[in-house]
Amino acid sequence: MNASEAPAPLFHFRGARLGHGRETVFPALDLTVRRGETVALLGPSGSGKSTLLAALRRQRETLCAWCPQEQALVPMLSVFHNIYMGGLHRFGTWRNLRALVHPTAAQRDSVAAVAESLGLAEKLFTSVDRLSGGQAQRTALGRALFTERPVLLADEPVSNLDEHQGLALLRDTLRRHDSAVVAMHDRALALACFERVIGLRHGETVLDAPSASLTLDDLDRLYLP
Amino acid sequence: MNRPAPTFTTTAAGWRRASGWLGLAGLIAFACADLEVTRGDPGEEMMRVGLGLLRPDFLATEGLGRALANTLAFAFQGVALGAAAGFLLALFWHRRAVRAGAASVRAVHELFWGLLLMQVTGLSTLTGVLAIALPYAGIFAKVFGEFLEEADPAPAVALPDDRRRLGRFFYARLPLIWASCKAYTGYRLECALRASAILGFIGLPTLGFHLETAFREGHYGEGAALLYLLFLLVLTLRFWLRPLLLPVYLLAALSWAPPVWTGSLQTLVRFVTEDLVPAPLKNDGGVAELWVWLGTLWSEQIGPGVWHTLVLGLAALLLTALLALVLFPLRSPLFGNRVSRGLGHFILVVLRTTPEFFLAFFFLIMLGPSMLPGILALGLHTGAIIAHLTARFSEGLTLRDDSPRGLNRYAFEVLPRLYPNFLAFLLYRWEIIMRETAVLGILGIHTLGFYIDSSVAEFRFDRTLVLILATVGLNLGVDAFSRWLRGRLRLSTRGQPVE
Repeated sequence: MNASEAPAPLFHFRGARLGHGRETVFPALDLTVRRGETVALLGPSGSGKSTLLAALRRQRETLCAWCPQEQALVPMLSVFHNIYMGGLHRFGTWRNLRALVHPTAAQRDSVAAVAESLGLAEKLFTSVDRLSGGQAQRTALGRALFTERPVLLADEPVSNLDEHQGLALLRDTLRRHDSAVVAMHDRALALACFERVIGLRHGETVLDAPSASLTLDDLDRLYLP
Repeated sequence: MNRPAPTFTTTAAGWRRASGWLGLAGLIAFACADLEVTRGDPGEEMMRVGLGLLRPDFLATEGLGRALANTLAFAFQGVALGAAAGFLLALFWHRRAVRAGAASVRAVHELFWGLLLMQVTGLSTLTGVLAIALPYAGIFAKVFGEFLEEADPAPAVALPDDRRRLGRFFYARLPLIWASCKAYTGYRLECALRASAILGFIGLPTLGFHLETAFREGHYGEGAALLYLLFLLVLTLRFWLRPLLLPVYLLAALSWAPPVWTGSLQTLVRFVTEDLVPAPLKNDGGVAELWVWLGTLWSEQIGPGVWHTLVLGLAALLLTALLALVLFPLRSPLFGNRVSRGLGHFILVVLRTTPEFFLAFFFLIMLGPSMLPGILALGLHTGAIIAHLTARFSEGLTLRDDSPRGLNRYAFEVLPRLYPNFLAFLLYRWEIIMRETAVLGILGIHTLGFYIDSSVAEFRFDRTLVLILATVGLNLGVDAFSRWLRGRLRLSTRGQPVE
């Protein structure tokens, strides 16, 4: 393929060393993700999914909506405020502070629309510490959606939801972003929702293929001891 | 489009409501408080104090070494005695009478104990030591008692049941709390150094005595030097306070200033059986006369004293809260840069280390007598303490990688997460604010301490006793309310230092 025909690379690593401080997770990573792709990251725990996601985010901070695994919600605040938090950068500080004390009708509507699509409309003004694990996870996803950035980076965003709900939410979320890299553990869901699958093991990409060419058995091999 | 505002059923909403009511009470207190600057030219006096602080004169005070040694000696002996007594009391912490007794002795400020004891033991080492040891015994009893309550009971339960309870205590209970007790005693020694210095204000020969004289006479450079010496003592404490050296320090303290009883038993008996007895009873008046006496005392002294103490305390609580919220980001790793954090740390250390009583005294000199110096002093000192504790707590927060910065981070991510701790710190400190508010009266601010000090000056110790009992009642009341509120809001600072 001619380089000028392909869309510009969104993320690009060539022989990159990734890790935390002195600890190396990826000794030499080669990876390119282009604008418009949806990528599922698979691999056993400790294979480097979260490290890779963090590195991707650092490359394109202003383009990325971020949904980390440790949801990092503010438990004593309402679903409304936790979702609104994703959009803090879009508004002025005084407007944000006002929303904390007394949100306007317009602010309530825009957040309510996100909450509704996640099935959280009923809980909009309830604090997160009073929600179930699945509801909290959907709130974290809502916060990422409300960032309104084109590239989704998410770490197991639907792991606490049942299959059907997970599938529906994931499809809906992907539709709202033009590109995505999402760490997954549900292999079937990964094949069903993403165009490309990258398999990681011990800090190496051992699999990188279009999901249409893969079967569940191919993916299972990633997890064999 | 005007829709009704939504009702938030959030955990934060409960804290917000409680804070709203406390804030309202604080605002009302500010409205009622006498905030007048009575000094003609406060700016000029402030300049002179500021110049003094910049040019400390360490050679001006005669007998400086003696005052320094006394300050240390009183503090060491007071803490040793208080810790020992408190430890014994803590063993019986499950008894209601012990808890009530401990609460009462610690509700009386060191300075009030000093004023009372002085009538029997004079201006002696014993007075200084006991003035510290008595309230500290109550504080130690509470803290050690709570350590014991919260310690894991499993090791003691696992031992075979026999009657040798003492052995079980030393093997299965004490080791669990030993480290906490040691750390807390070290912290208390720091407080005792400040208390010992403050006792100089009622005439005991410690740093505070010279400091008061120097500032009152306008020798600000000399006063500043004394203040810096106190800083030096407190801030270097952790370098020279070593467990192995403790016996040496204690022996040195005892030999420098032996706490010998110099008064006569007669004085003690007369003081308790005559001086402290209400005048009408002493003069063989009946109960009716006693009521009249109490009524007059209430309307002339206790009533106004309690009111002023409450007003000043509540206003100081509001200022404390606001200052703590503004100051804690200054030293929290989540905000600012290395320079701003260094500066914040410095400001907080200075404000925390200067006793609120000294701060009030300085403001009083600069602004003249009103409630303003007291409110400023208590607010700054306690605000710095709570800011420090809150900032320390914020070190444990981990924010997500894309968390906002600046004011957005403060309001959305940080404040909600540490608000329960902040509120708990504040409510715990309220009792201490009230204790200190009462004692500021000795400086001439019309809180309960003012009437206590005047009654001592007039040798009307029967009044002194009733007034001190009133401060105890007020403290216990505020403490009970604060405990109720903390329970209602489910706030706890378990495992974190608050005093």
